[in-house]
Amino acid sequence: MEGTERVFERMVRDNQDRVYAVSFALTGNRHDAEEVAQDTFIRAYKALQTYPPERVRELKQRAWLHQIAVNVVRNRVRGVRPRLVELNGSEPSRASGPEEDVIRKLEVDALAARVACLPPRYREAVVLRHIHELSYAEAAEALGQPVGTVKANVHRGLKMLRGDEDNGHIDG
Amino acid sequence: MATLTVEVKRLADVKAPAGFAERVLAQAGVADSYAVFDTVLGQVYVAWNRLGVSAAMRSKSAAEFEVWFRKDIGRPLVRVAPPAELAAKIEDQLEGKRRLRFDLRGLTPFSQAVLHKTMEIRRGEVRPYGWVAREIGHPAAVRAVGTALANNPIPYFIPCHRVVRSDGVIGNYGGGGPEAKKNILSLEGVQLARLQRLAQSGYRYEGIKSTKIFCFPTCYHGRRAREENFVFFHDEAEARGAGYRPCKDCRPAVAS
Repeated sequence: MEGTERVFERMVRDNQDRVYAVSFALTGNRHDAEEVAQDTFIRAYKALQTYPPERVRELKQRAWLHQIAVNVVRNRVRGVRPRLVELNGSEPSRASGPEEDVIRKLEVDALAARVACLPPRYREAVVLRHIHELSYAEAAEALGQPVGTVKANVHRGLKMLRGDEDNGHIDG
Repeated sequence: MATLTVEVKRLADVKAPAGFAERVLAQAGVADSYAVFDTVLGQVYVAWNRLGVSAAMRSKSAAEFEVWFRKDIGRPLVRVAPPAELAAKIEDQLEGKRRLRFDLRGLTPFSQAVLHKTMEIRRGEVRPYGWVAREIGHPAAVRAVGTALANNPIPYFIPCHRVVRSDGVIGNYGGGGPEAKKNILSLEGVQLARLQRLAQSGYRYEGIKSTKIFCFPTCYHGRRAREENFVFFHDEAEARGAGYRPCKDCRPAVAS
């Protein structure tokens, strides 16, 4: 019991930025990102408590947390539509840092909102492969999809992000 | 393609907001929450988790409390706004109207036994260290009882101040020294002057003539008797010799 708590505390401290970043990229805004990231860790903790020690030790934490985060987002989307953030600096930024920091934060927010506008399957694939630099094999495992599907989704997702989606249908 | 993937990668550098890890740990019940409460004893820092109150200290600052907690308890700690219902519960607890639940994980089984036994001592009463030691089945471990009480992580709430030396000297007190201990005991209705006068004369027990029962001087059952109906004893043998039996409530000696 005590052991699980230690493992979990380390897991949260080591992975908080990564999990938050994934959640942010998947949801497109900071408010939802915090909720998703929190849910992800709480689910992870509940699972850890049921795992035998050797399974906990051999766990690939990074990939495992990505997988949980993806599932949390998928479940939320099933319930309520994610809030879409307009591109032109909607969310009032509460950052109090120097001006460049604020501007950079707004840019990043806008970027996240753009990624969030992708349909889920492309968004998930792009986030895991190109933002979090998982290998195709890792991403495929986290998403529960064949590698080929992931490759195709990444490709289409990037194409859409670049603005080619104005061409309408994407075939292939 | 190249520029886009480079740009998109900036999203990976997003940092979790400040305090995020602590909030997650608190929600999972791995970290404790704490807040500062205004009580009859002044400002008290209180930490708790889903199992109950885990620590209380009259620290000078939040930083001091956090350092102490981290060293002594070892779990992460998150400061929150004091919940109103907990404030009411703490007030009741300190007035003796309620028993809060406590989280004593991390203490040795011996320390836990000492603290649980201490919780049985009523408001307005005191017991010697030796009594606690005997009651938990370690009659020789009197000093260890003292150590366990000195390291009580939840003073005031777990009333370690109700354990005193049998020679009448108000022993040490982690929550602010002997003076603080005296103040709290007076506040709870212990007649300290009487207690110390008896102890200095070597009297350990009081007997009540009408019932032929002997008690600790602060025992609840003795409080109803008139002063002229008391007799005082130096030790158990003297009391038994006079035909008195030990009180079954305060248990000054093992009843036989």
